[in-house]
Formats: sequence, structure tokens, C-alpha cells
Amino acid sequence: MEGAWDVALVLFQVWLSIVVGLIMLPAMFGVSLGFTDIYIKVLVKILEWATLRIQRGQREQPTLPSQSANGIIEKKDGSMEEEIEELRRSHPKNLAGGDFTLCDVFYFCKNGIENIVEDQVTQRFTSEELASWNLLTRTNNNFRYISVRLTIIWGLGVFIRYCILLPLRITLAAIGLSWLVIGTTLVGLLPNSNAKSWLSDLVHITCYRICARGLSATIRYHNKENRPKKGGICVANHTSPIDIVILANDGCYAMVGQVHGGLLGVIQRSIVRSCPHVWFERSEMKDRHAVAKRLKDHIADKTKLPILIFPEGTCINNTSVMMFKKGSFEIGGTIYPVAIKYDPQFGDAFWNSAKYNMVSYILRMMTSWAIVCNVWYLPPMTRQDGEDAVNFANRVKSAIAYQGGLVDLSWDGGLKRAKVKESYKEEQQKMYSSMIVGSDSHEAFVDPM
Amino acid sequence: MGSRASSLLREEDIEEIKKETGFSHSQITRLYSRFHSLDKGENGALSREDFQRIPELAINPLGDRIINAFFPEGEDQVNFRGFMRTLAHFRPVEDNEKNKVLTPGEPLNSRTNKLLFAFRLYDLDRDDKISRDELLQVLRMMVGVNISDEQLGSIADRTIQEADTNGDMCISFNEFTKVLEKVDVEQKMSIRFLH
Repeated sequence: MEGAWDVALVLFQVWLSIVVGLIMLPAMFGVSLGFTDIYIKVLVKILEWATLRIQRGQREQPTLPSQSANGIIEKKDGSMEEEIEELRRSHPKNLAGGDFTLCDVFYFCKNGIENIVEDQVTQRFTSEELASWNLLTRTNNNFRYISVRLTIIWGLGVFIRYCILLPLRITLAAIGLSWLVIGTTLVGLLPNSNAKSWLSDLVHITCYRICARGLSATIRYHNKENRPKKGGICVANHTSPIDIVILANDGCYAMVGQVHGGLLGVIQRSIVRSCPHVWFERSEMKDRHAVAKRLKDHIADKTKLPILIFPEGTCINNTSVMMFKKGSFEIGGTIYPVAIKYDPQFGDAFWNSAKYNMVSYILRMMTSWAIVCNVWYLPPMTRQDGEDAVNFANRVKSAIAYQGGLVDLSWDGGLKRAKVKESYKEEQQKMYSSMIVGSDSHEAFVDPM
Repeated sequence: MGSRASSLLREEDIEEIKKETGFSHSQITRLYSRFHSLDKGENGALSREDFQRIPELAINPLGDRIINAFFPEGEDQVNFRGFMRTLAHFRPVEDNEKNKVLTPGEPLNSRTNKLLFAFRLYDLDRDDKISRDELLQVLRMMVGVNISDEQLGSIADRTIQEADTNGDMCISFNEFTKVLEKVDVEQKMSIRFLH
């Protein structure tokens, strides 16, 4: 009995020293031993082989549905005016004037049915569909048994991910987070000075690097010369809480957010001791002026780190960028846009907060193959004269969408939970009304209320 | 994403839907995924709220009428068969030759059935006639508050006058079809489904 405990202890010590020596220390110094690169390369080869096997299997059994991410229908993007004009062209013109025709409903009908089959918004709140299976059952929509070899590889994958990678990653995450809390508390004891800021940055970066290793994250940063500077505001598209880890691996930011309880609250309270972050109480968040004032004061102080904000306000599935809330764009200051694009082949980073809570989400992250992503730093932007906050926000959003290869949508990410505003329907009605009475402009027109 | 969605749909069901609607096997599974993702309550049927959750549909002036078309008389839930049956109206007509649909009688996506679908958007009480009131109701839905009652009334009167041939101040289905005989219904009421 004693012997077993000794053996277990020795194994644990060996395990810990491997983790520390080979993974944690290099991570802290930003050095890569190349393990992750090799891992990714091997993974890519295996996934390619798996794809070919599946395609071959599909050719042999034609009843297997092919997995295509191309969408269900092909839409012609005509405007309301164009489509209804076309409809009316073949209809005999009303001699008495007025432009309503019975076939006008066809436009709304077809438009409605198309949106029932496939719309631009609801698909953004669920994970992206992959073009080919990546050996994770969670991404598989039409799993059919293909071959013994594929199933064996899949089984091996499950074993590797759950029994080898998961404990490793949990260990790293635990070390990383505890170091963050302890380190920042210690640094917080120092008096304010340059040394304190430098140490604080060091602690933050090393912790985030350890956490990134804890997710097998491979991050490629582009255009580092545009990295956010002090006194500025960094805005990025939001896919998951991991975005923070991804960005903080390459720079230090002041976080903005609501005060939480539990573990997150502990972390929040300790990191704010070593350098100023902006945490709001729930009640404060309702007061937009108070929020704006605090952020303004923060960026006015040029010694403080750039603020990191996600203007979408909620997690989107990384295929598109949704409406940016104008609040962050009214404060002034320089905006540093950042585009983050994850490669879904290795692991789906999107947090579907309606479906998974934080713990199961983190577990899913840690049992994925890896998190691979690209980060582009875009040139800084400022509000131009005469440009209002909404237009400025849209300009930044388009730049980010363009760089990340994402669809630029004006729909509000809040539609994940809330209903769409009536005013949009009223716009549609107004547009149609002008098509009916537009030509008879001398007839009485009732003002919209 | 409906990750196990297709496993809930049996092969026999797919075959039956194929015969009834003319959709292909892969189209049916893809549409089932969509059905499943709209079904937030996960009870195998869609309610009106499930449809209303689609923002582009919620802002469509005729959204409520279109949603109504999916639900049989007096019912509040539509299952996958019903969903497909309604969508089948919007299959392009050419596809019938490709897929050799063998339903007895007229296929769901024939020109007549497409026109009937549009007719039923107006004819709420299903008495096979579009009355002046029913026409006004639809017009009001489409224009919102932007046109006065009098103006809308005269538009409705003009429309009925043009279409009505038997003088009963209503538009029957035959009169409806006659007025729209030159319109390319096959193209305007069809959706190009991929694969």
C-alpha cells in the first residue's frame, strides 16, 4: 500500500517537472520548443487523410449526404424596388393610376420563405458548419459509419484528447491562473513606479502565455507595427472569452467589464491591484454617462494601458461581424481595430452562451485539438469631423470584417436573445408605400406618426 | 447546430417526403437540420414564436401571413412533414423533370398551386374569394401607417374593378389567375435549392 503511494508521488513529481520544464518555462519566456508546431503539422496530415477517406466513402455509397457548407439556397440579392418592378413589368398597367398590383405579394412571400429556409442572422449564433469532418463528434452533423480505420483513428483521438491533453491542459491552466492571482497580488504590494508597471506587465504576459499553452493555442500576429498604444482603445470582434487570452499574449491591455463573483471575481480583484483595469458594478453599467466618463478618464492618462473592448456586446460565431455598439466610439481617442479569425478545423472557439455554461465551454476548449487563430492589427482610426459615432463604428466594423474575411452585418448581436425592433418593419412598409403612391405624388399623404 | 438532427429522421420518412414533395435526399436532410435549429423547444414541431425568432422574417410586412400558411386550420404546431409540404410549393418547376416526381395529381409546386398559395395569403377565411375587406387588410399590412384609409380604399376598389369579371365585387381564384396570367409565377414564386 505504501509502495503504491510512493510510486504515485514520484510519477506526479515527474509529471509536474515535465510540465514546468518543457512547457511552462519556455512559454513564460515566449520561446517555442516546436512541440505545438509538430503537433499541428501531424494533425493536419491526419485530418487530410480522414477527409479523403470520407469522400471516398461517399462516392461508394451515394446515399450518404455530402457535407457542404455552401448554404441551402441560392439567393438573388435584388432590392425591393428592383424585384417588384420586375414583377409588375408583365402586368397590364393600371389605367386609373396608382401602382399596386396583386402580384406584389409574391416579393414578400418569396423573401419570407427564403428567410425561413436560410437567414443571415440566426446562423451566427450557432457554431460554424465545417466543410469536412475534423474527427470530433461535436462537429459532426451527418455521422455515418465509413470505415474501421476512420473509427479507430477517431477513437485514438478521443483517448489522446481526453486522457493525455486534457489533464495536461488543466494543469497548465491551474498553474497559469494561480500565478496570475499570486503574482499580481505581490506586485500590488509595491509602491507605484516604473518598476511596478514593468513587473505587472511581466506577470500578466507570462500568465496569459501559460494559459495559451493550456489551450494548445497557435496564434499568428500580423502587422505588429499597428499594435495598440497607451491611451488608446483596442476594439476587436468577439467570439469567446478566449479572445482576451489571445490578444493579451502579445501585449498588455486594461480590461473593461462587469464585476463578477466567484473565481472570476477573485481574478478581477487581484489583477486590478497591480495595474488599473476598469471594472463596473452592474448598477453603474446602466448609466451611460458614468461609463463614458470613466473610460475617458482612463484613456486621458497616458501611462495607463490601452483599453480592450468588444463592441458587439456578445459572442458571435466568427463567420461575421455584427453591429458595433456606438458607446465605445463616442469617447474619443484613437481606436486600434483588431481582427481575430479562428481556424475552425482544429477546434470551435465560439461560446454559445445559450447552450453551454462557462465550465462546459472551457472543457470543450480543452478537449479540442487546438486553437489556431490569426490576429491582424489594423492601422489606428479616429473619428473624422462631422462623422457621427454610428458611422464611425460602422467604418471600423467594415475594416475588421474585410481583414478577417468575415461577413459584415448590420444586425445587432443582441438579437441572440431579444426581438428585433418594430422600426425595421416600419422601414420596409415605408419603402413599399412609396412604390404604390410614388407616381401620384399630388395625392394626400398621411405623415407617419 | 443540429449535430444529431439527421439521426432523428428515419429513412422511411425521408422516402415518403421525397415522394410527396419532390425534394432530393440531401435537400431533405439539410432542411431537417434547419427545422431542428429553429425548433428551440426540441419537441419535433415548430410554433409561431419559433418562426418569429428569425429577424428578417419578423420585419417582413407579410411575415405573420406567411407564417400562418405553415399551420393547418386551427393548429399551433407544425411538424417536419407539414413544414416540407409548405416549402415544396417553392420548388422550381424544372426540377420536376429532373427528379421524376411521381405523385398522383398535380405536384405541389405547379403554377396553379403557387398561385393558390399567394391567393391564400389574401383569402384569410378560406371562402375562395378575396373580399374588399380582405384586400384592405393585406394592403394595410404592407404599407403600415404611410397611406390614408381613403387612399387605400380607392386602391382596393381599383384592383377589384380590374380583376372582377362576374361583378360580385370579390376576386375569385379564377379571376386572380386571369389577372396574373402574364406574370412569370414559376420564377417569382420559386427558390433555387442547392444540391
